[in-house]
Amino acid sequence: MSTFWIAVIGSSALAFTTKFLGASVPQSALGHPRALRINNLVPIALLTALVAVSTFADKSRLVLDNRALGISVAVVLLIAKAPFPLVVVGAALTSALAYRYF
Amino acid sequence: MSVKRDSFSVSLTVGAYGSAFGAAAVAANFSVLQTCLLSLLLFSGASQFAVVGVIAAGGTPISAIATSTLLGTRNGLYGLRLAPILKLHGWRRFLGAHLTIDESTGVALAQNKDDDMRRGFWYTGVGVFIFWNLFTLAGALGAQAIGDPAAWGLDAAVPAAFLGLLWPRLTDRKAWVLAGFAILLALSLTPLVPAGVPIISCALLAVIIGWRR
Repeated sequence: MSTFWIAVIGSSALAFTTKFLGASVPQSALGHPRALRINNLVPIALLTALVAVSTFADKSRLVLDNRALGISVAVVLLIAKAPFPLVVVGAALTSALAYRYF
Repeated sequence: MSVKRDSFSVSLTVGAYGSAFGAAAVAANFSVLQTCLLSLLLFSGASQFAVVGVIAAGGTPISAIATSTLLGTRNGLYGLRLAPILKLHGWRRFLGAHLTIDESTGVALAQNKDDDMRRGFWYTGVGVFIFWNLFTLAGALGAQAIGDPAAWGLDAAVPAAFLGLLWPRLTDRKAWVLAGFAILLALSLTPLVPAGVPIISCALLAVIIGWRR
């Protein structure tokens, strides 16, 4: 089975398991404040790492390329409170132009 | 009905974002079928982008699954929170669990009456599911039709999508500090360890920073 299929099936199965467990465990499991705090921080840590790696990594090298320019525009758009789709399109458009002309 | 209107506008806006996912997944060499299955079966935006992001970075399926699952743990907590309101049994619990995501939970918890909460959950869950999957297919087919992903900026759409998901969570100083450390750790590990590992390692930072209040 290919890398892609393992990733698709494995992540889907675990995603459903997580959701179903949440809907099924007794309420007393609604936990410790520390666990809740960490749970709120995990997405921040992982999403930030994903932003950094998908912007600056090319396999195991760090690079500064058209993507960095795209993500800078995304940051500006987010600060300006632009809606979600505009942020993605703005970043993509900038990156595409940089890729074409530099 | 404001519950209906809220649900619909959330469903359409978030669903449209599915086209970015579809395009990003195909640009990362997932097939159109695999891309659509992720939206149908995994059905949690951040986790889906994580699978694609980790694999695109050259990570192993295990690190893709681990990152996506850690990102999805919040759905479990949403379920825990919603269970006493939804009171689901049998096949409805399966369906409800599958539709437990940021948006359905958010709209449900924004209502005042239990009845409105239940309607908000179902309308938004089903609405996002329909639009998210339709737009995923559209994005995937669109990306398949165009050639080089970089020429269309799809390589930058992925980090921008992650940033869009991250931004609303950066609400206090602790979040910003964590984000700063996560950038440093992820980038400094990138040349040293196999792809995918730098990302999942950052979960440790969340544990360290969340340990104290």
